[in-house]
Amino acid sequence: MYFYRWHNIVNTFKIAKRTLSPAAGLRALLSVEPSRGLVDEKFQIVTLHCVHQSEDKDFWEAFGHYISDQHGTVTVAKDASVGGTYEGVESMGLMWSLQPVPGSRTGLRLRKKDVLLPMVFHISVYDGHVTQGFNLMTALVTRVIERWYMAPGVQRVSVEEKGIRGTMFIPPGPGPFPGILDMWGGGGGLVEYRAALLASHGFVALALEYLSTADYYGSELTVDYFEIAYEILQDHPMVQRDRMALLGLSFGTSVTLSMAAYSKIIRVSCEKSVNIMAVSVNHMLCYLSKILTTMFRNMHKIQMKNNQVIWREVILPIPEDPKLKVDVGQIKCPLLLITGGDDQNWATVESAEDIERIMEKAGNRHLLHTLTYPGAGHLIEPPYTPHHRASNFLVNGKEKVIMLWGGQTKPHADAQEDSWEKILAFLQQHLYFTAPQARL
Amino acid sequence: MAGIRHCPLLSVRPLRCLVDEKFEVVVQFLLPSQPVTLHALLQSEDGDFWEAFGHYKGDASGSVKVSEDVSLGGSYDGLEPMGLLWSMRPIPGSRKGLRFRNKDVFKPIEVHISVYEGHLTKWFKEKQALASVVAERWYSSPGVQRIDVREKGLKGTLFIPPGPGPFPAVLDLWGGGGGLVEYRSALLASHGYITLTLEYIGLKDASGTPQNVDNDYFEAAFSLLKQHPQVCPDRIAMMGLSFGVSVTLGMAAYSSEINPKCVVCVSGSHIMPVNGSLADVFKEIKKNVKNTRYDEERRIIWRDLLLPIPDDPSKKVEMGLIQCPILLIVGEDDQNWAAAESAEDMKKMMEQAGNSHLLTVLSYPHTGHLIEPPYCPHVRSSNFKLIEAKTTVVVVWGGQMVPHSKAQEDSWQKTLAFLEQHLYTHDTVASKSN
Repeated sequence: MYFYRWHNIVNTFKIAKRTLSPAAGLRALLSVEPSRGLVDEKFQIVTLHCVHQSEDKDFWEAFGHYISDQHGTVTVAKDASVGGTYEGVESMGLMWSLQPVPGSRTGLRLRKKDVLLPMVFHISVYDGHVTQGFNLMTALVTRVIERWYMAPGVQRVSVEEKGIRGTMFIPPGPGPFPGILDMWGGGGGLVEYRAALLASHGFVALALEYLSTADYYGSELTVDYFEIAYEILQDHPMVQRDRMALLGLSFGTSVTLSMAAYSKIIRVSCEKSVNIMAVSVNHMLCYLSKILTTMFRNMHKIQMKNNQVIWREVILPIPEDPKLKVDVGQIKCPLLLITGGDDQNWATVESAEDIERIMEKAGNRHLLHTLTYPGAGHLIEPPYTPHHRASNFLVNGKEKVIMLWGGQTKPHADAQEDSWEKILAFLQQHLYFTAPQARL
Repeated sequence: MAGIRHCPLLSVRPLRCLVDEKFEVVVQFLLPSQPVTLHALLQSEDGDFWEAFGHYKGDASGSVKVSEDVSLGGSYDGLEPMGLLWSMRPIPGSRKGLRFRNKDVFKPIEVHISVYEGHLTKWFKEKQALASVVAERWYSSPGVQRIDVREKGLKGTLFIPPGPGPFPAVLDLWGGGGGLVEYRSALLASHGYITLTLEYIGLKDASGTPQNVDNDYFEAAFSLLKQHPQVCPDRIAMMGLSFGVSVTLGMAAYSSEINPKCVVCVSGSHIMPVNGSLADVFKEIKKNVKNTRYDEERRIIWRDLLLPIPDDPSKKVEMGLIQCPILLIVGEDDQNWAAAESAEDMKKMMEQAGNSHLLTVLSYPHTGHLIEPPYCPHVRSSNFKLIEAKTTVVVVWGGQMVPHSKAQEDSWQKTLAFLEQHLYTHDTVASKSN
């Protein structure tokens, strides 16, 4: 009879299990019996398997094939997976290579809605190198892991005032803390998990809903909406009003850049834009819907391949006409731009290059930091979440398509891990610095 | 308008972990060389507050790393990565005689870690911290199941790790304080053992009459584990603390039903009537009650109740009869039980009988009686309920805080390694008696 022992799996994943920071990897040590075998006994071959049931009830799994050493031990942080959903020495491979189990619905994307509860993963060891039928087999050993977006003590507060809809996350402690306005993209709705994670790192973060999934063209969204949201955050007693940042992904970047460039109200300490979109944004000063109109004028540039919608060409070529672009030369705060080299949804790399050119000419190039990750797609999210090359997307709030985001799994996973580390460092550097000697 | 309030960044990693795991406390963005106090506070289930604190000085970059920097004073000093936990004591003004114990193993201990300006020693509640975070420490890992055991006359709790099994098991026995103590068992289950903790002192029957359990009580418990579908019947250990050791050694030596793969004995003794029942043991101990001593504050020292170690073999468990590996853990400053002296005697007996190769003794200087899983506060004495007399006295357990805390850390690590070696690894060389 064999006994399998899982050491210290409990404290391994760092966003994970019951911990938070997205840092280094798996210290899991797997001991396999017999630990002292005869010379003609084979080393043990095993499969490490991870399964997760999402809030939508879909099952996601990842697995790696390993060969134990002569002591019957597998150390994921040091040993290479020789096959499975990931290969090589990948301490977090069981997380980022998760994919829907065979037979699942198509076009899925794994996203956490209720951040007050953890994501629960079952990690098991199976005899041999297994590639399917895991649910029909008996594991040799199983551990349960929780991964949280929220640290203990972080408060979640619904914000519904002055016409603004969002959720604020406040770290524990007396504060006050730097504030971050967190904006997602064209998918709309209220996405909380990144803001919850930011609060777990010491920032008051306001996740803002500005495109209702139900009501795409919606009430005409104006620049006021964002300025009011910004002020609500800035005026909050737990927020340091002179240490504010804007964080945007995809469409949220358009907002971020134009607010930073044009708003008289919004004076940020730094901002970060992930997957920027630089065109047609000065229309932001009027109505958001106008951007979309401009975009849809270019709809003929949308491509379809394998049933997947590719929007990459829509804003290409990057227009010369400055009236069609945010004047980033007016930005006065540090700016971190993150783009994926294989972004199939938006021409972000080209936009980043154009931004750099504009800022060079305007003389504020020193404020710009760009991170471009070859092989990464559009959805550069907090680390260790699975990569989605394509997923279901609701266009105009009603038309369901499969949108191609791009990226290859391994480089995209690496990009998520590296960019998040750099995002936190950037935020800390600009928002958490020692005040001058003036102390009360 | 208030001036710029400078806010350092305090981080604790991991924020959620098992109680026997270490954490890392880091403060950044302080002023260079700024003096600060790191403070830990928790509220027990009974509502009492416990706190610990260390005085630090930020380095040139304005950082403090508790795992690398030295505490200059406070409830602990020196380089002590876990000092914020094990040096905790009740806050000023608390009730007396407290002991920190957790009942609900599915609720974490919430430790509030804060950083204060300057080197403070008191009035933490009245001051505002610069930053504060909450760390959760758990006695159970995700997936551990808890099951009430109320069959075969037994009263206990079973903890089962997640997964299909089968698992090795541990029968977990506490001491003379009685009651049903679950936290160590939940922790063992979190490390992969099906663990049964048993209440065996102060039990009452259906009509409320106190009952003394007999040896078959423990045999029924052991056989419950043996027959459990997820337990590997030939890989069951017994673990006892204090009085639980008397039971453990007695059963291991004499019971034909109980054949543990190995035993762990913490702060206990082999001195008891040969093949006697629990009632016999109590009778013997009562005979020596006159040996009770008191310290300068009238706190009870029961150490001498077992002394001198008798030469009469009929008064001691025949250690030569035990056929499985034994891990003995004792504190040399145990003021409650003559555990260290007993350990020496046990060693002699086993050497004479020829089975001393089975014995490992861990003897810790300046360590008291309550050698528990690490990082919980040490108390030198505390309130103790006398079950029969129905009164509460204050008992001295012994031990000095720092060596005792180190002993807890070291002995727990060695306990887990010992259990793993005998219950998980296949010892092709050692005896295959079981």
